[in-house]
Amino acid sequence: MALRRRSIKDTRGESALFRVRALAGFVLILLGLSVLVSRYVYLQVHRHDEFALRSENNRVKPRAIPPARGLIFDRNGVLLADNVPAFRLEVVPEQVPDMKTMLSAIRDVVPLDDDDIDAFKKQLRQNRRFDSVPLKLHLTEDEIARFAINRWRFPGLDVVPYLTRRYPYGSLFAHVVGYVGRIDADDMNRLDADRYKGTSHVGRSGLERSYEDMLHGEPGYELVEVNADGRVQRVLETHPPTPGKNLYLGIDVRVQKAANDAFDGRPGSAVAIDPRNGQVLAMVSVPSFDPNLFVNGISRADYATYTAAEDKPLLNRALKSAYPPGSTVKPFLALGGLKYGIRRPEDTVLSTGEFCIPGQQRCYRDDVRGGNGTVNMVRAIQLSTNTYFYKLALDMGIDRLASWMGSLGFGKKTGIDLLGEAEGILPSREWKATRSKYGWFPGETVIAGIGQGYWNVTSLQLAHATATFAGHGTPYEPRLVMATAAVKERPVPLANPPSGPSVIRKPSDWNVVNQGMEAVIYGAGGTAREAGVFNGFPYVVAGKSGTAERFSRRTNDYDTNKNTAYLATRHRAWFIAYTPTEAPRIAVVAMLESGAWGAADAGPIVRKVMEAWLAAQGGAVPAQNTPEKGTVTVPNAPEEFEDTPVATPADMPAGLPSDSSSTAAPEDGGNP
Amino acid sequence: MIEVLQLRLQRFLRRVMTRPRIDLPLAFGLLLLGICGLMTLYSASGGSVAMITSQAARFVMGAVLLLLISRIPPAVLRGWTPWLYAGSIALLLVVATLGQVRSGSKRWLDLGVLSFQPSELLKLTVPMMVAWYLHPRQLPPSWKDIIAVGILIAIPAGLIAEQPDLGTALLVSAAGAFALFLSGMAWWKIGSLLAAVGGMIPVAWHFMREYQRNRVRTLLDPESDPLGNGWHIIQSQIAVGSGGTFGKGWQHGTQSRLDFLPEHTTDFIFAVFSEEFGLIGVIGIMALYAFIIGRCLWIAMEARDTYSRLLAGAIGMSFFVYVFVNGGMVAGMLPVVGVPMPLVSYGGTSAVSLLTGFGVLMSIYANRKMHD
Repeated sequence: MALRRRSIKDTRGESALFRVRALAGFVLILLGLSVLVSRYVYLQVHRHDEFALRSENNRVKPRAIPPARGLIFDRNGVLLADNVPAFRLEVVPEQVPDMKTMLSAIRDVVPLDDDDIDAFKKQLRQNRRFDSVPLKLHLTEDEIARFAINRWRFPGLDVVPYLTRRYPYGSLFAHVVGYVGRIDADDMNRLDADRYKGTSHVGRSGLERSYEDMLHGEPGYELVEVNADGRVQRVLETHPPTPGKNLYLGIDVRVQKAANDAFDGRPGSAVAIDPRNGQVLAMVSVPSFDPNLFVNGISRADYATYTAAEDKPLLNRALKSAYPPGSTVKPFLALGGLKYGIRRPEDTVLSTGEFCIPGQQRCYRDDVRGGNGTVNMVRAIQLSTNTYFYKLALDMGIDRLASWMGSLGFGKKTGIDLLGEAEGILPSREWKATRSKYGWFPGETVIAGIGQGYWNVTSLQLAHATATFAGHGTPYEPRLVMATAAVKERPVPLANPPSGPSVIRKPSDWNVVNQGMEAVIYGAGGTAREAGVFNGFPYVVAGKSGTAERFSRRTNDYDTNKNTAYLATRHRAWFIAYTPTEAPRIAVVAMLESGAWGAADAGPIVRKVMEAWLAAQGGAVPAQNTPEKGTVTVPNAPEEFEDTPVATPADMPAGLPSDSSSTAAPEDGGNP
Repeated sequence: MIEVLQLRLQRFLRRVMTRPRIDLPLAFGLLLLGICGLMTLYSASGGSVAMITSQAARFVMGAVLLLLISRIPPAVLRGWTPWLYAGSIALLLVVATLGQVRSGSKRWLDLGVLSFQPSELLKLTVPMMVAWYLHPRQLPPSWKDIIAVGILIAIPAGLIAEQPDLGTALLVSAAGAFALFLSGMAWWKIGSLLAAVGGMIPVAWHFMREYQRNRVRTLLDPESDPLGNGWHIIQSQIAVGSGGTFGKGWQHGTQSRLDFLPEHTTDFIFAVFSEEFGLIGVIGIMALYAFIIGRCLWIAMEARDTYSRLLAGAIGMSFFVYVFVNGGMVAGMLPVVGVPMPLVSYGGTSAVSLLTGFGVLMSIYANRKMHD
């Protein structure tokens, strides 16, 4: 068919037709171009005078004024992130006669390292030749003075003031507040260009990042008159920017510092939460880093030191490190047993030192050879009897176990107001199906009962679960920021309603588990009582230790090496607790990455946090009726509150809490 | 080793000089245009070395593609055509589902190393497909063929308009329509089709996005909104008008240097050119564009078969659409559409895809009719 068609195709005639069409097309195109040119003639000849005049007068242009970034305070108004004036050296490339000579000459006046030069050259290539490029940020007074004397030698260079971020407490809040960094090309794609005109820094991590939107504020602009070179002659009109909102944390600097010091440099993390509203009272990850180094570009050497360090100071352990929780899950499991009606408080189990699944060879052991004998629920929590919980987990079954533990927030993000939270692992059939082709084995349910096996939780998750329990089952998403304040206005609390209904239906269930956790601290044979952790603490504490094995057991023999240092390499130590038990006000979790025993090693950290918190309350827990349940208390604004939007005087020595802001100094040691 | 290379080079040069496979006048015209483009970009970017090098790199890449494609005979290209067309449509569909959103429209495909706009490919594959379809058929085309061609054009054009990228959709449809025009479609049919399109304008207005409508409204009355949408149009006209007959001189255009002219390296770069080189420059560069288009049409006339003729002619004529739409936009005559000034505007994949198109032309030239 195609062939037949082609045979009757008139090739010669077609070619002629095309020739005509091509010529016609070309004539049309020339016509079109003539129309275009005539429009240019109209604009460039007939209306030239008018446009030339308008171009001449085109001298007023809008220029953005960046807003001052919101400040960050602790719950008592102690400044944690501040804006301080600084000076930087800027270069207008067009006005520099010889860039190479200038760069080598300026090094004698203002010391520059290779990082500065590299960053400068990189930006130089991207910028237009008449736009200024920063050469060095954060000049010292000495450098400014020396440059001022030598200024005549360097045309095109200038010292320009700007606001930079400073974190007076340095590493203490690095994992919470985070830091800002200079805006780079990637940020430019992400950010709204209009809102960030003239802004040099953006939140990179921590609260600085998650609250970027509030902290940033809205830029203003001024109308400026420029000369033919684009240099500003005068400012005609100013529309001031709206500074970003200030943030008030639930954390008290003194509690935070006590928590940090309690670790004594050992890697680990601690989180304290107010069970009544989810406010985070302390959150530390040890070791930490100095956020001030990141603000104006960290040097390669400093950065390499941090990334190469074996104990990973840049890692936020409280938020991102998930480890098996060990025995700390036992109280939660017991609560599940009561809830599902699998156990009554008085039901007993005989612990003989070994628990075998009926019909299977493999057996699971108690901590103590010979076991704890006959135990009921309270005693099983107190003594951390594995057999009791092996059996409970098996009776409950993995599906109910996963669903119950999931309702306490394990295996998912807690919803804290920080980015990058780890989800951890809640052992379940569904989770395993995504990882393995094998189905679920009963033995995996058994070890899930003591927080081993697939289990992985973050300190934050465990603190969230502990706080949920301590608050009689009402869950709140953890919140670091409890209030925000616009410029020259009083702080407004951020609402944080319960994230769901109470997970505990019968108050008697709570009482049984609470009794078990009190017995951990005070009962004979309780793991924490043995270590004497809470001796002399003025309020009743309830808690639970956890010692998770970092390695699987390879032989059936009991390990007889009781050397603490040896055990520390094999264990992670956990301790969870809350106080006072009649109306819990603080729930604390401490985790040591290498701790020999949960109670003896992580327990004292929890106690120090509680002591610092108590001291911050004036040494006594306030009466229950003053702050209503679920509401947020806002501190009295600090004295310098009126002028907070801009930089406040840098009167606090870095790294130390200022005495002026502390109403009561934390008592070291507390009661013996 | 070196001797072998030298020998090869000599042989290559001799072949190029005796029987050039590329059309030297056209290549010369493109080179001249590229130089003008780089000069204007140097001024418009404020002497940014990074931009000049990356633009030059695109030109080199385009030139390499041009040479490679000029080696593929049109008959082979014709065999590939349906596959290329189907493949480029498939890429459009991929973009519609997985593409990256940049400044509000979804047109980019990220390949890791480089990201590109598949819609650029359609500027070439659509005229190829139309030429392929008309090649074996009796010309002038019947209504049936015209409708078939209309569908071949409408599918990609619709997908691209949906991204939304009205400028490219316009260029793609124009390229296909020119092939139809060159095939000898009867004048009365053209007239009735244009009338039908004219009747569709109110319908199109209904389907346009709000920002597109605003662009048309501000074109009609730019002074009504001097700080918003009208800003581009006003500042661009001030740049052009203040250039006058002889221009302000290279690197002396105040409008772009003082940041009054937005997009002064990309879509509005021709305003910088007009400001700095004046009416003389405008006429000069328009003559250069006319020469390039005329040369394309000459190559088309010399082509051996219907496919080559239609394709070469369509590529040449669609070059005009770029110039007219961009030039008209800069002069405040047409609404603001994202159509670059060919080989002058910075960035995008347009320089590469344009030069690829000229590669096809070179191939057609190399396989032209033999005159007795």
